[in-house]
Amino acid sequence: MILQDVWFFLWGLLWAVYFISDGFDLGIGSLLPFLGKSETDRKVMTHAMGPLWNGNEVWLLTAGGVTFAAFPAVYAVMFSSLYSALMLVLFALILRGVSFEFRSKVESPGWRKLWDGCLFIGSLAPAVLLGVAFANIFRGIPIDQKGIYHGTLFTLLNPYGLLGGILFLCLFLVHGSLWLSINADGDLHARAVNAANKLWYALLVVAVLFLIATKFATPLYDNYTAHPALFLVVLITVAALLGTKVFLKTGAIWKAWFSSALTIIGATFFGIIGLYPNLFPSSINSRYSLTAHNASSSPLTLKIMLIVALIFVPIVLAYQVWAYLLFKGKVTSEDLAYEEG
Amino acid sequence: MDPLFLSRLQFAAATMFHFLFVPLTLGLSIMVAVMETRYARTGDETYLKMTRFWGKLFLINFALGIVTGITLEFQFGTNWSRYSAFVGDVFGSLLAIEATAAFFLESTLIGVWIFGWKKLSRKAHATVMWLIAGASTLSAVWILIANSWMQHPVGYVIRNGRAELESFSDVVFQGWAVLTFVHTVSAAYILSAFLVMGISAYHLLRKQHVEFFVRSFRLALGIGLIFSLLEVVEGHLHGADLAEKQPTKLAAMEAHWQTSTEAPIYVFAIPDEKNERNVVEILPIPGLLSLLAKHDPKAEVKGLKAFPPADRPPVLISFIAFKLMIALGVYFALITVYGWVRRNRLVETPLLLKLMVLSIPLPYLAVEAGWVLAEVGRQPWIVYGLMRTSEASSLVAGSQVLISLVAFILVYGVLGCLGFYLMAKHAIRGPEPVRNQGPVTL
Repeated sequence: MILQDVWFFLWGLLWAVYFISDGFDLGIGSLLPFLGKSETDRKVMTHAMGPLWNGNEVWLLTAGGVTFAAFPAVYAVMFSSLYSALMLVLFALILRGVSFEFRSKVESPGWRKLWDGCLFIGSLAPAVLLGVAFANIFRGIPIDQKGIYHGTLFTLLNPYGLLGGILFLCLFLVHGSLWLSINADGDLHARAVNAANKLWYALLVVAVLFLIATKFATPLYDNYTAHPALFLVVLITVAALLGTKVFLKTGAIWKAWFSSALTIIGATFFGIIGLYPNLFPSSINSRYSLTAHNASSSPLTLKIMLIVALIFVPIVLAYQVWAYLLFKGKVTSEDLAYEEG
Repeated sequence: MDPLFLSRLQFAAATMFHFLFVPLTLGLSIMVAVMETRYARTGDETYLKMTRFWGKLFLINFALGIVTGITLEFQFGTNWSRYSAFVGDVFGSLLAIEATAAFFLESTLIGVWIFGWKKLSRKAHATVMWLIAGASTLSAVWILIANSWMQHPVGYVIRNGRAELESFSDVVFQGWAVLTFVHTVSAAYILSAFLVMGISAYHLLRKQHVEFFVRSFRLALGIGLIFSLLEVVEGHLHGADLAEKQPTKLAAMEAHWQTSTEAPIYVFAIPDEKNERNVVEILPIPGLLSLLAKHDPKAEVKGLKAFPPADRPPVLISFIAFKLMIALGVYFALITVYGWVRRNRLVETPLLLKLMVLSIPLPYLAVEAGWVLAEVGRQPWIVYGLMRTSEASSLVAGSQVLISLVAFILVYGVLGCLGFYLMAKHAIRGPEPVRNQGPVTL
C-alpha cells in the first residue's frame, strides 16, 4: 500500500529534520567546556542556541508521535526494547532543557558551572545514544515474534553500535561548530572555525569506517545492490561532506553549514533506504521484523495523518524559518546584557 | 519487582509532576498577554513591569512543564507497549497532531518571546504571547481529547486484533472531551489566578509596589471569580455525565455501595473497602446523589455492589480525591466572591490578603486531586470497559522500571524543588525597575 511507504519515508524525513536542527544544538552543547573559555564565551554559545533549541527539539517529539500514530507496533516494540537507552536520552534532554532556563537565574559561578555541566552532559549523551540506537536498528535488534526484547542496555553497546554513536557525535560537532562560527564574533569565532576544520577530519575518518563496517555488520547495502541507482544517495552525501570542507576553507561558512546539513540528511537517508521496508528489524529471525507493511496503522488513520502533515508541516517550517531569520546574525554584547534584565 | 505496579507508579509520578506546571502555563500566559497588550496599547510602564515580572515567573514554570511533558509521550511506548500497540491507531494520531499543530508553535515562539524584545514591535511581541497562550490551549485540547478517549472510548472498531479508528470526528467532538476541556482549563485559570493573587497579596500586606500589585490582583481576581463559579456549574454537569458513562467511578467517589433510589450524600463518611460498606456515615442529605447524578431525587443510582469486585476502582482514594476537590472548589468560589466585594479596598482588607497568601498551594492540591480521581477512578481499566490496565503494560524487566522510577523521583524531586525555589525567590523579590527593556520600535 502506497500510504505505508509514504509514511515510511516521511518518518525518515522527520528524523532527518530533527538531526539537522537540534543537531547543531547538541553539537554546541557538547563543545561548551572546550570552546567556552570565559563566561562571555559560554553566554554567546547558549545564546546561539537559546531562541531556537526549544522549537528544534519538537521535531524529536514529532518523530516519536508519528511513530506512534503511523506505526503503533513499532512505537510499542522500539521504545520498550530500547527502554534504558531511551530513558537516558530523556533524562539528558530534561537536564539540557532546564539548564538553559536555570543557568542565568542565580548570580554565582558555582551555580553556572553546575548548569553548564548539565548542558554538556545533556547534549553529549543524546548525540551519542541516538547514534547507538540507530546503528543497532540497522544491525537488527534481538526481538522475538511477540516483540519482546532479549538483551540489555549493554547488548546495544556493541562495536558497530558504538561506531554509530561516534559518527552521530562527529556529525553534530561539525554541524554545531559551524553554527557557532556563524553566530560568534572575534576570538570565539576563530576557535569555532578551527574546531570545525579539525573535527571535519575526525568525521571523515569515522564516516569511512562506518560505511565499511555497515557492509559487514548489516544488510543495509542489499537494497543498493538491488537498485544501483540508489548509490547516488551515498555519492551526494559524500559530495556534501567534501563540500563542507571546501566551503569552510573558502570562508563561506553559511554554505558550509548547509553542506553539513545536507550531509546529515544524506546520512539519515542512507540508513532509511537501506532499512526499507524494515522499521525495526529482528536479529533473531527476519520474520519477526516490524516493517512498514506489517506494523502500520489503518488506511484511515494514515490518510488523516497525511492530511494533518501536509497542512501543518509547511506552516511549522514557515514560522520556524521566520524565527531563524529573526535571530540571524552575530550574537552581540548588547544581546547578552539584555538577557540579564 | 512487578513491572506493572512500578510502571503505574512511574506514570502517576511523572504525570502528577508534569501537571504541577501545566495549569500555570495555560493561565499565566493569558494574563501576561493581557498585561503586555495593555502596555502595547497605552505605553504605561507599569504594565511593562508587570509583563516582565509575571513573564519571568511564567518562563521558569514553562521550562519545567516542557521538559517533564516530553518524557510522557515516550512512556506510552516504554512502559505501556501493549496499550500502545492496541490503541495506537486511534490514540497515537491524537498525540502526533498535538505535536505538529500546537506544541511546535508554542515551543518555537517561546524563544522568540524571550529573545525577541528588541527585534519585534510592541504589538508584535504581545501577539507572540497571545499565540503562545493559544498554542498551549490547543495543546491541552488534543491531550484532553486523547485522555477522554481512554475515559470513554468512541469512534473505533475492533479489527485486526486492535482498536482501529472508524470516525475521527466522533473521537474529537465527543461530549466527554468538551466537558473535560472546560473543567481542566477552568481549573488551570483558577490556579493561575490564585498564584497571582497570592503573590500580590504578599506584597500588598507589606505595602510595597502597591499600584503594581493592586492591578495584578484585580486582573487575577476577575479571572478567578468567573472560572471558580463556572467550575461549580460545569462540575455538576460533569457528575451527571459521569453517572451515565462511568457509573463505577461515580459510585466509588461517593462511596455509594448499595444500589438505591433516593440515594443520599453524606456530609462525612469513611469507606471500608474490605467489608463493602462505610464505617462512618454522618449527616445524610436524602436524595441529593440521585438529584445531582440523574436530575431526579427519586432516581435509582447504581452502587458499587452492583459491579463485580474485579471491575471496581479503589474506593478510598477516589472518595478522598473527590471530596477534597469539591471542598476546595467551593472554597475558591466563596473567597473570590468575598474578594470581589472588597476589590476596591484590598489594602484595607488584610484578612483577605492573608487568606490569599495561604491559598496559593490549594489549587495545586485541587488539580492533582482531580487527576487522581479521573485516573484512579477509571481503574481497573486503562481504556474504560475496553482494556484492563493489567493487560497494557510492557513486558520489560521490573529492575529496569525500578531504576527509571528511582531516577524519575530523584531528578524530578531536585528539579521541582529548584524550580519552586527560583519562582518563590523571584516572587518575593518583587518587580525590578525596567532598564530600557521595552521594544525599541513601535
